Amino acid sequence: MPNKAGLTTHSLADRLKKRSQLVQTLRAFFYARSVTEVDTPILSAAGVPDVHLHALSTEVRLPGEAQRQRFYLHTSPEYPMKRLLCAGSGDIFYLGKVFRDGDLSPRHQIEFTMLEWYRIGFSMFDLMEEVAGLLKTVLGDLAVESISYQDAFRRYAGVEDIFTASAETCRAVLKAHQVADVVGVDADDKALWEQLVLTEVIEPNLGLVEGKMGITLLYHYPARDAALAQLCEDDPQVAERFEVFVNGMELANGYHELADADTYRQRFEASLAQRAELGLPSVPLDENLLQALEARPLPDCSGVALGVDRLFALQQALNNIQQGMAFGIQQA
Amino acid sequence: MATYSTNEFKAGLKFLMDGQPCSIIENTIVQPGKGQAFNRVKYRNLMTGRVLENTFKSGEKVDAADVVDTELQYLYNDGEFWHFMDPETFDQYQASEAAVADVSKWMIEQDMCTVTLFNGQPISVTPPKQVTLEVTETDPGLKGDTAGTGGKPATLSTGAVVQVPLFVQIGEKVIVNTEKGEYVSRAK
Repeated sequence: MPNKAGLTTHSLADRLKKRSQLVQTLRAFFYARSVTEVDTPILSAAGVPDVHLHALSTEVRLPGEAQRQRFYLHTSPEYPMKRLLCAGSGDIFYLGKVFRDGDLSPRHQIEFTMLEWYRIGFSMFDLMEEVAGLLKTVLGDLAVESISYQDAFRRYAGVEDIFTASAETCRAVLKAHQVADVVGVDADDKALWEQLVLTEVIEPNLGLVEGKMGITLLYHYPARDAALAQLCEDDPQVAERFEVFVNGMELANGYHELADADTYRQRFEASLAQRAELGLPSVPLDENLLQALEARPLPDCSGVALGVDRLFALQQALNNIQQGMAFGIQQA
Repeated sequence: MATYSTNEFKAGLKFLMDGQPCSIIENTIVQPGKGQAFNRVKYRNLMTGRVLENTFKSGEKVDAADVVDTELQYLYNDGEFWHFMDPETFDQYQASEAAVADVSKWMIEQDMCTVTLFNGQPISVTPPKQVTLEVTETDPGLKGDTAGTGGKPATLSTGAVVQVPLFVQIGEKVIVNTEKGEYVSRAK
């Protein structure tokens, strides 16, 4: 009997088993490398200031408090994991649910499974290699290519130097590639036009090596998009941040992590200012993280977060990540 | 005027684009992990029927289009306008040639049609799924053939031309599927 998701009882059982095997494979990968699994809290009194992330929140009753207290559901386990790293945890990984409000599409669910890990002493390139290794364990022996952000614009969009290119150049690229007209972006908003060239023109080519499914590691994002990545020592206009693509789909986002408390505070404050400017609600900063970093800076490390539902969808050739979940949010 | 934010976008939502009423066919959110979200929107311009695509920065607003589908009875064509009536309120509407153009060959007086109104004016008309029309012209065909093998063109009373089985004769009434423009059966 087909159920609501269109699956027969047999294929449902089969899919559940395959997903269970995937989770087992991922854990085994890290256990074999002596990376410790950590189970960090989902709820936190602090939120994430990044303007593009919208955390869900709930009200919690705590003894001794007259009012219910607002707690945020994590959008990634990054902050508590970094506190553990500061406290001397060594290499760690988290495999579990995270939540992002408003994100629902064939590639997004509000509640989804994330694999995030941190490797001490790893450079950005070391971690890129490990991510590729993990993906090959799951997806088979795919070809791997690394390309810098700037080279990707050169190769796929014909933009010689994206860092000095104008908004007009980006708009011309979109037009030349017959991208649907864009509504609501200021003509001179270079950063957004550049983002559109990346998502509409370049990304569909990433994760395809010589026309076949492969792994593309895109690295050295502009400093503007550094988030919590270190800037490149040789070239401060780029950040030591990378993303991983397979078959045109972003799978993972990693950084050579910022280490000192002051820089974290600066980046957080900048995000809060941006929130205020955009009329978005402010969020309480994670003072516990900032204190931990002040007491002892983050050991030199790189970290990455990977969407497990997307990985499973790729492995099983599903068009919508929801098909690989027990239930999507609209069926839950 | 009412507005919709991109986070209200879904299939079937009616909005205005350059002053023209449009209906969303497909809305996909493009949300990079660390970037501005966009909505990739495929929609139909209800005036022209054309399917178009735009990418909206998330959070943008569009004006709502006052578009409603209503069941109206087709009364008559005065040579310029096609006249309809709401059988409950007796309100009358006149549709221009442009609104009826594609389906005029299926319009039969007294039939109930789905009429799409934009700001109270008909912009498109959908006739009943099946209509019964008289054959006004066709080759006599083969008398003995009742199996319906093969076919021949027949002109119907509204001017529509459809493929009919060889046994169908002038003066007979036939049932036609208006979506496909295909003969269904002889009418009893």
